[in-house]
Amino acid sequence: MTTVTYDAATRIYPGTDTPAVDRLDLEIGDGELLVLVGPSGSGKSTALRMLAGLEPLDAGAIRIGERDVSDVRPRDRDIAMVFQNYALYPQLSVADNMGFALKQQGVPKAERAERVRETARILDLTPYLDRKPKHLSGGQRQRVAMGRAIVRRPAVYLMDEPLSNLDAKLRVQTRTEVVEMQDRLGVTTVYVTHDQVEAMTMGDRVAVLKDGVLQQCAAPSELYHRPVNLFVAGFIGSPAMNQILVDNRRPLQVADCEVELDGPADVRLDGGEGTLTLGLRPEALRVGDGPLRARIRTVEDLGSEVFVHVALEHRGANLALVSKMPAPFTGRAGDDVGLQIVGTTYLFADDGSALGSGTGRLQAGEPSSAGRSQ
Amino acid sequence: MNDERAVVGERRWVNAVFGLMAWVLGLIFFFPVFWMVLNSFKTEADANTSPKLFFDPTLDRYRDVTESAGGVLSFSQAFTNSAVIVLVSTLIVLALAIPAAYALAIRPVHKWRDVLFFFISTKFLPVVASILPLWILARNFGLLNTRTVLVILYTGMNLPLAVWMLRSFFQEIPRELIEAAEIDGANLRGQLTSIILPMAAPGIAATALLCVVFAWNEFFYAVQLNPVSGSTVPIWVTSNVSTRGDFLAKLSAASVLACLPVVIAGWLAQKRMIRGLAMGAIK
Repeated sequence: MTTVTYDAATRIYPGTDTPAVDRLDLEIGDGELLVLVGPSGSGKSTALRMLAGLEPLDAGAIRIGERDVSDVRPRDRDIAMVFQNYALYPQLSVADNMGFALKQQGVPKAERAERVRETARILDLTPYLDRKPKHLSGGQRQRVAMGRAIVRRPAVYLMDEPLSNLDAKLRVQTRTEVVEMQDRLGVTTVYVTHDQVEAMTMGDRVAVLKDGVLQQCAAPSELYHRPVNLFVAGFIGSPAMNQILVDNRRPLQVADCEVELDGPADVRLDGGEGTLTLGLRPEALRVGDGPLRARIRTVEDLGSEVFVHVALEHRGANLALVSKMPAPFTGRAGDDVGLQIVGTTYLFADDGSALGSGTGRLQAGEPSSAGRSQ
Repeated sequence: MNDERAVVGERRWVNAVFGLMAWVLGLIFFFPVFWMVLNSFKTEADANTSPKLFFDPTLDRYRDVTESAGGVLSFSQAFTNSAVIVLVSTLIVLALAIPAAYALAIRPVHKWRDVLFFFISTKFLPVVASILPLWILARNFGLLNTRTVLVILYTGMNLPLAVWMLRSFFQEIPRELIEAAEIDGANLRGQLTSIILPMAAPGIAATALLCVVFAWNEFFYAVQLNPVSGSTVPIWVTSNVSTRGDFLAKLSAASVLACLPVVIAGWLAQKRMIRGLAMGAIK
């Protein structure tokens, strides 16, 4: 039974004023795979290194299970870490790399060899046990790094972008393997990545960080469908959510169209001041018939689906939108098309926080009343 | 296409000129050494007449210089002294420099830049300026004409260099490896013996070799503080200079013998040393 708790954990690097990780509160359940995701500089790696004990805490606490480990040395935390560059000991063989931690713990030689053999078998590393890391391919090195963590049977696995040095195909394959392995071993895992696809596909829950502050921690589908703010909405999903700046009054106006929104009650449109951001996932925007006139810029045909990039005039500036259409799609760059909303429409306040969402629909506005509704 | 070819052709031509210059310079540097080796196989008469490339080689001069004469510093004595002083001082240097380099590279101490500068600043003073106080100190502690005084001085002389070099080598070790070892449960000793020292081995070898070379060749301290019984090889070489009679061939033979250990050590460590120097401090 191993949980991990960040309790207002804060890290301020010497010589800086802004915290790299700012009062992080996070509960990670027993056996859970939690993904920390965010752009570079968001503090995700720092948060992981704080859990590893490689970065001290400036405030708050971190607990593994019931034990406060804030001031415990890394080697006494019962954790195993997989590094981005694998950090294999170059002068040791694969077997010695995997057995290193056991040797430090004083595990008898015979048991050590047995556990290394067993782990190597699971990871298909048996033929390579006597090789040095430099004679292995990238994927094999990655597996040795995983094996080095697995063989220890620690309380928590920490993984710092362990797949980012693999090529795309291998990364997708290894992703599945890591998830299966983690599920089978049932060991609490904290996984850091900057890749939102990796985060969404791997995590039981995903914690999105920005500038050292936790934005939202939720299951992948919840993050996707109910983002708490504009940052999460924009960061999760590929292509990113379309964001359209609109005036804060009813009816919402996009170019010369009105957005009819059967929104929930908590969508407050108080009128007058400020602007709102209207968010549309690419799959919620249909290219073809519709009241909103636009021109196709480029068409990206992925085979199974097609990304259509369109441009239109909105609030006196060029607005670029992207739509995800099912294949086949017949439009070409330069075509004039009509747009319609066919899914959830999100609304975000001036400060980026989510106001709510509802099913939206575009309607051709009265030409005379465009942008001047009562 | 033609332009490209012309550029490549020009580069090849430039490279050839640089290559030739390198060879000429190399030969110029090597020539005195070559001449010394030749002289060491000559008779004194041959060595002191107009330069001769062809002569009857003889090993007599080597026999002359290695034969011990009563009351004079003997070859074997000087070599033993040098070997002991050089090895002991180098071992002490490594024993002190490795922890210092760790503290400067891997876990930088507070104000590590100042510390680093302090180390090297001890090399700013001309050796001559320090010799009088050193001599007085050595006399007061009863260390004149002992091996101990040279061990101490050579340790002090090589320590800054060794710290600087080892620091750069330690910095080359990826930080993640040390962190991985730390998480894997290795304590400081484990990290040192299983990760840091094996990985820095070429650098440590290069550092040790430089210390050996500098200590082996040192003359000034040796001649001032230890000119008699505990004397080292460079002093023994100069003892073959005499005021009467010719000594050029003998001196050459002695010099060749003095150079040999360093040359052999350098040749053995060549690969590692060059890698070490290229990667290390002196870049």
